[in-house]
Amino acid sequence: MAEPMTPPVPEISPPVSGQQPSLLRFEEVSVAFGAEPPVLDRLSFNVRHGETRIILGAAGSGKTVLLKTAMGLIHPVSGRVFLFDEDVTDKAETELFNIRSKIGMLFQESALFDSMTVAQNVAYPLLNQKAIALPRDQMEPAVRKSLSFVELEQTMEKYPSELSGGMRRRVAIARAVVTNPPLLLYDSPTAGLDPITAHTIMALIVKERDANSTTALVVTHRYQDGNLVANFRYNSNSGRLDPTGPQGTNTIFMVMKEGRLVFEGNQTELEACRDSYVTKFVKRPELEAA
Amino acid sequence: MLDTLKGPIQAVQDFYELTGRAIRNVLRKPHYVDDILLQMESIGVGSVPIILLTGFFSGAVMAMQMGRGLQDYGQTGRTGQFVSIILVRELGPVLTGVMVAGRNSSGIASELGSMKVTEQIDAMRALGTDPIQKLVTPRMIATALMLPCLTIIDDFVGMIGGGIMAKVLFAVPPRQYWSTVWRALAWNDVAQGLTKPFVYSFAVSLIGCYYGLRATGGTQGVGRATTQAVVWASIAIFILDFFMGRIFLGISQIGQ
Repeated sequence: MAEPMTPPVPEISPPVSGQQPSLLRFEEVSVAFGAEPPVLDRLSFNVRHGETRIILGAAGSGKTVLLKTAMGLIHPVSGRVFLFDEDVTDKAETELFNIRSKIGMLFQESALFDSMTVAQNVAYPLLNQKAIALPRDQMEPAVRKSLSFVELEQTMEKYPSELSGGMRRRVAIARAVVTNPPLLLYDSPTAGLDPITAHTIMALIVKERDANSTTALVVTHRYQDGNLVANFRYNSNSGRLDPTGPQGTNTIFMVMKEGRLVFEGNQTELEACRDSYVTKFVKRPELEAA
Repeated sequence: MLDTLKGPIQAVQDFYELTGRAIRNVLRKPHYVDDILLQMESIGVGSVPIILLTGFFSGAVMAMQMGRGLQDYGQTGRTGQFVSIILVRELGPVLTGVMVAGRNSSGIASELGSMKVTEQIDAMRALGTDPIQKLVTPRMIATALMLPCLTIIDDFVGMIGGGIMAKVLFAVPPRQYWSTVWRALAWNDVAQGLTKPFVYSFAVSLIGCYYGLRATGGTQGVGRATTQAVVWASIAIFILDFFMGRIFLGISQIGQ
């Protein structure tokens, strides 16, 4: 049987002088709502192709706003946002649609459309993103493939309200990856889930990263989520996650506090950090014992 | 003082911006025809039972009260004339507008508000859809098409209710009743009776959408948005009714 057609993979500019291309860049970005203190305060970082960024931080530290600003859903009051090396800071909503088709986003509460079936939800970006332009007859195989990736092919005709929280999260992942975006933004993918389901969701994120070489930003407040992403790789032969150690994956940790970036570095640097706020998000054996 | 006014002025500005974008989208692609039909079914067909009930009883009550007043002058035969003019010019459009505001502004605000607080609106934007084009414009078009139709139903059922009461209480023959109903109406009345609900429809749909799209703070915020939508849509209908009544009165005076 012929392999079902998949949406075209969006192109990424070739690396310049050996460095991986930048997919997302914040330059002194500040976001504020009304007279309130800024939610993001002069934030700067650069996400390169192939990286996985784990964003840790307390509730209200600006993690979700960061992802929404990256997606162009919130406009900064100052600073510049670059997506795929294109300045998107002042772009109008309709101009952003094209670039958004290169990004998949998992929202905190899944944000599946209640009035649509699972299949319709997953097909939504294929139908509505002009840049994808997938022929109608190839729609169903693409949806089926994406749902089988999250092992929920049997739920195609169900409505989101008929699914458990974990299943909804997996359908939302299927919707985010159905267009094969090179950049994925995960907003608290394990929030409110039991440890087993949370592990399943994180395993899917690792699988997506390794099977499709995607770049990702994962917002979480659970250190073990970052630990799994940093130290495990998906083995396509066994279908399991194999330990590799932090050198085997290109994972960078970021810690946010009151809209500011207070730490950026790899897992070894994170665990070595003695900042009292940062250490609250790190599980170290000596701290566990203490 | 200026700080106090800032909020309402900002709200009015946001509402006009939403209205402008919703109207501009009527001519822009993509057109969500399926959504328009779905909303026409929900707003139009779904509102028929309440319109039948309120229309019938408002017509009956009007005939009852008018007939009583006219009885003193021996003019009960003209009951149909009064019922007809009041229903077509004023009561039909306003009552239908207020009933549809109660049913649909609240429905629209709660539906869009729920979508807003569960990030479905953001998801829609992230997945390549303009929420105003997909959600607001179809509701606006559907209400603009259905509210005049519902008003016609309301007027007609009200006349039937009035006719029954005129026959039962004042022994007005149906033939005479319907003859006075028909003869009382001028083109100006009919134009007024259909223009008003068309204008009210924008208040009903857009106020519902506006409060729904700015809902914040979970289920409590959705509840608040729903209440505000009904209250302001109803108030807007009465204000619009006053100004439109004044305009039509001016037009009829010019015509004389």
